[in-house]
Amino acid sequence: MLSFNSSNIASKTRTIGRRMFLVNCFKAVVLIGIIGRLTALQVTESRKYKSLADKNRFRETKIAPPRGIIQDYFGKELASNQTIYQLHVVPEDTPNIDELFVRLKSLINLSDQKIFLLKKKIAKQKIWESAIISDNLTWSEFSKLNLFLHELQGAQPVVSIARFYKDDTSAHAIGYVSEISAKDLRNKKYLANLNIAGVAIGKTGLESALDEKMLGTPGYLRYEVNAYGKRIKQVSTKDGMKGETYRTTLDLEIQKTASQALKSVSGAVCVMDIYNGDIVSMVSSPNFNPNSFVHGVKTEEWNEIQQNIDKPMINKAISGLYPPGSTIKILTALSALENDIFNPKLTIKCNGYIDFYGEKFHCWKKDGHGRLNLKGAIKRSCDVYFYEVARKLGVDRLAKTAEKFGLGQKVLTNFKEEKAGVVPNTKWKLNQIGKNWYLGETLHAGIGQGYFLSTPLQLCLMTAQIANGGFKINPRIVVDKNDNVNNLQKYLDFKKNNPNDTDTVDLQVFNFNLKPLFRNQENINFVKDAMFAASNEPGGTSYGSRHRDKKFMFAGKTGSSQIKRFTEAQRKAEVKQTDITYKERDHAWFVAFAPVKDPKYAISVLVEHGGSGSSAAAPVAKKVIKRVIERHEARNVTNYNKLGENI
Amino acid sequence: MLYSRNSLYSSFTIKDRFFNLDFILLFSILLLGVISIFAQYSSDGGKWESHSINHAIRFLVFFSFFMSISFINVRLWNRFSFLIFLIFILLLVAVKFIGLQSQGSRRWINLFVFVLQPSELMKIGIILFLANYYHRTSSSDINKIKYLLIPVVAIFIPFVMVVSQPDLGTALLILFSGIVVTWLAGVRWKIFAYLSLLTVVLAPVAISFLKPYQKSRILSFINPDLDPLGAGYQIIQSKIAIGSGGFFGKGFLNGSQAYLDFLPEKHTDFIFTLYAEEFGFFGSVLMVLLYFLITYRIVHIGNLTRSIFGKLFCYGFSTAFFIYVTVNMSMVLGLLPIVGAPLPILSYGGSSMLAIMFGLGIVMSCNIYKNDAVG
Repeated sequence: MLSFNSSNIASKTRTIGRRMFLVNCFKAVVLIGIIGRLTALQVTESRKYKSLADKNRFRETKIAPPRGIIQDYFGKELASNQTIYQLHVVPEDTPNIDELFVRLKSLINLSDQKIFLLKKKIAKQKIWESAIISDNLTWSEFSKLNLFLHELQGAQPVVSIARFYKDDTSAHAIGYVSEISAKDLRNKKYLANLNIAGVAIGKTGLESALDEKMLGTPGYLRYEVNAYGKRIKQVSTKDGMKGETYRTTLDLEIQKTASQALKSVSGAVCVMDIYNGDIVSMVSSPNFNPNSFVHGVKTEEWNEIQQNIDKPMINKAISGLYPPGSTIKILTALSALENDIFNPKLTIKCNGYIDFYGEKFHCWKKDGHGRLNLKGAIKRSCDVYFYEVARKLGVDRLAKTAEKFGLGQKVLTNFKEEKAGVVPNTKWKLNQIGKNWYLGETLHAGIGQGYFLSTPLQLCLMTAQIANGGFKINPRIVVDKNDNVNNLQKYLDFKKNNPNDTDTVDLQVFNFNLKPLFRNQENINFVKDAMFAASNEPGGTSYGSRHRDKKFMFAGKTGSSQIKRFTEAQRKAEVKQTDITYKERDHAWFVAFAPVKDPKYAISVLVEHGGSGSSAAAPVAKKVIKRVIERHEARNVTNYNKLGENI
Repeated sequence: MLYSRNSLYSSFTIKDRFFNLDFILLFSILLLGVISIFAQYSSDGGKWESHSINHAIRFLVFFSFFMSISFINVRLWNRFSFLIFLIFILLLVAVKFIGLQSQGSRRWINLFVFVLQPSELMKIGIILFLANYYHRTSSSDINKIKYLLIPVVAIFIPFVMVVSQPDLGTALLILFSGIVVTWLAGVRWKIFAYLSLLTVVLAPVAISFLKPYQKSRILSFINPDLDPLGAGYQIIQSKIAIGSGGFFGKGFLNGSQAYLDFLPEKHTDFIFTLYAEEFGFFGSVLMVLLYFLITYRIVHIGNLTRSIFGKLFCYGFSTAFFIYVTVNMSMVLGLLPIVGAPLPILSYGGSSMLAIMFGLGIVMSCNIYKNDAVG
């Protein structure tokens, strides 16, 4: 069967040769195919694959930018950044994580529960990712750590920055910052680029209002990673930009004084420059420690805040709504005079109450004030007199005046926690409650009870606009370099330089582009006189809290807003405010301007459940006014334009 | 007749044999070896570590082995073909019993100095056996059923044994090598057509025997984006690496995909990817051409060889070599599913290199004794 003859070999060779030729042709085709594929990948589509390779190997982390600073009017820091000391641990570099924790426990404050949570967290993440063991170490802990660092393999002491509030008197106005929540990310578009570990955002107050600009621009850290995500080397960095620094109109010294004056009570104080609307002070009591929120508030502390009946987290100056009480009488009187429906000389005898269609309307003074004219009624805050004024005036006219002076609308912009309050009128009641207005309700409205609701800042603005002669001002809390020169201030400067000038109001308005809120400025002056009498003449409601020194002398109006109406039985028994339970006591109001001779500032004081304005609110105002006037000189010489450039 | 029929060993001196070497093939192999050592050095992260050192040592050892084989008369290789084939079959049987297991498959035998993968040797063994078989079979008998039986059994036994290890890639290469030699020897087209038809009919049955990972590889080849972090990962990352190399490449030791471990199996099956990333289109084409030069030189030696055994072995081996190269390259270029086929000489792996060097040695022996009748 085996054949070695040459013809057999020759025929085999031919077959093999022919078939090998086919194979070679096939090889050539495949060769072209492979080179074609290489061309496609490495020449034609190379750019695409290069970018894919870079996408594979580069990762970027954002670096949190330092947050902008908030200063007071004099450049003192109200909210600043503080160096903090943290401890990070890289599990990969640690020979034994359990031993490390035991060792760390002896050096820093670390509870077993925290260790348990940390271990759980570490187990979830990659071993080369560092875990934050403690984000706010004390200096002594930090130095101790550094001393023993050679024994703590894998532990990294890190110096970082975080928000710091040196002083908590401005806690409500400034607000606080805290970690970004899922809700924040959804609602605030500007956070899209800023969701970085270590970035805290403003939750309330100015921190929230100015958040977008104070956050700054994040920096970048670009590094190369391997297929498992481990960092191999840093490639490049780009520094971020610090957020904008803001100067406020607040005066830290006055904030402290106001806070001190409200120390034992729940309430609010607002102080405003009556010419340029600068909010010199805005304090709410009780306050909270904003630093507690920066690193996450502790459960016990949060529970304590939540359980406090005086609601420390609420900024009562702009978010607290209270009936304005007798302080509205300034506007009731003004409105009546402006509308020419009431003769201020008209005297009415107050017997302590009036009968109105069978219903009894009481004066706060049980035995009555006797005969009074309008000025006397303001001075002594007679309710019966104002029932009559209100009856003649009608609620709609009163509401118009109240709205003109800033009630029922937000005073500031951007403060999301601010409330607008209510200025009731007939239409409002029909729309909101769906019922017709009763005349009896007009009488209540005339003395600031019933549906009326306002914030302390609104009443401060109202007082300021009366005190400055009845001109509109735009309150502000942040100093803006680009603010237009204040017309009222210009007019004031003009008057100072030309003391003998006797311009008419019309001319003032024309020359200085002022916005008057009155028809006849005499009416404003009448109200101011009455307020002076209320504070500085015997029998006035706040006479007891007056300043004898002319420099500090103020003119004000007390008020109290009813929580619960007295029953006839309580009236007969002559129950005093101090006798009823705290929660049912009236809120005490006091609004004033000072100094009397040349008014510069307006103040409003609210003391929750303080009883009467004269006993609870006026003494607070007395203390604050003194400090405000003392600080006036310093404030006046601070040229804000100059400071503005320093920002 | 110029040769002596009775002498088993040629009368050539060592010097004669040396000058009968095909130097183009020899230097191509040496060049490929040097490139492979540098490629392994790069795959070790630019350091002399286990892969690169082992690879260099192996190349030196197996290159000497190749020289020794080529100096032995091709007649001897023809005579002992069946014996060698039998030894390889026994080694495959041994794998079944004493084989080392790794990642779910049993493919290796521990020889203490060296871990051997007999299936790699079988890729050459089947060519050797069939070349010898058709050398002996007369051309008139080739297409007779009786004479087809032995080749079919000879291909089928190692194929099944290797598939069951399981190692589909190597088994398919054995199958193709066997079919190629059978076809080159002159077996009719019709028979191959029938076999293809049978394969198509049996394919669904065969697929049901595939391991889940083998199925997912085929699926991920069809659509790599289906599971980009799972089965498709290797293909995607390999294409990114090759494509990102661009025209001139990222430079030696600068392949980011390989260095940052995005590239899987960079020492073995994906060594060409690493090379292509670092040396770009330019380097890749040169490499492809070098492989084709080797293939061409082997065919050339086949053309010169007078014996049918020599011709069949050279043509068969060159085609098999060509298949190894193109299957591996197509695989890393995303043209074929990942089947686990090493790139000759460049890939890390002793058995593969041993088999290739063994084959090349016989080819070189054919060249030295091209004028001898084999017997």
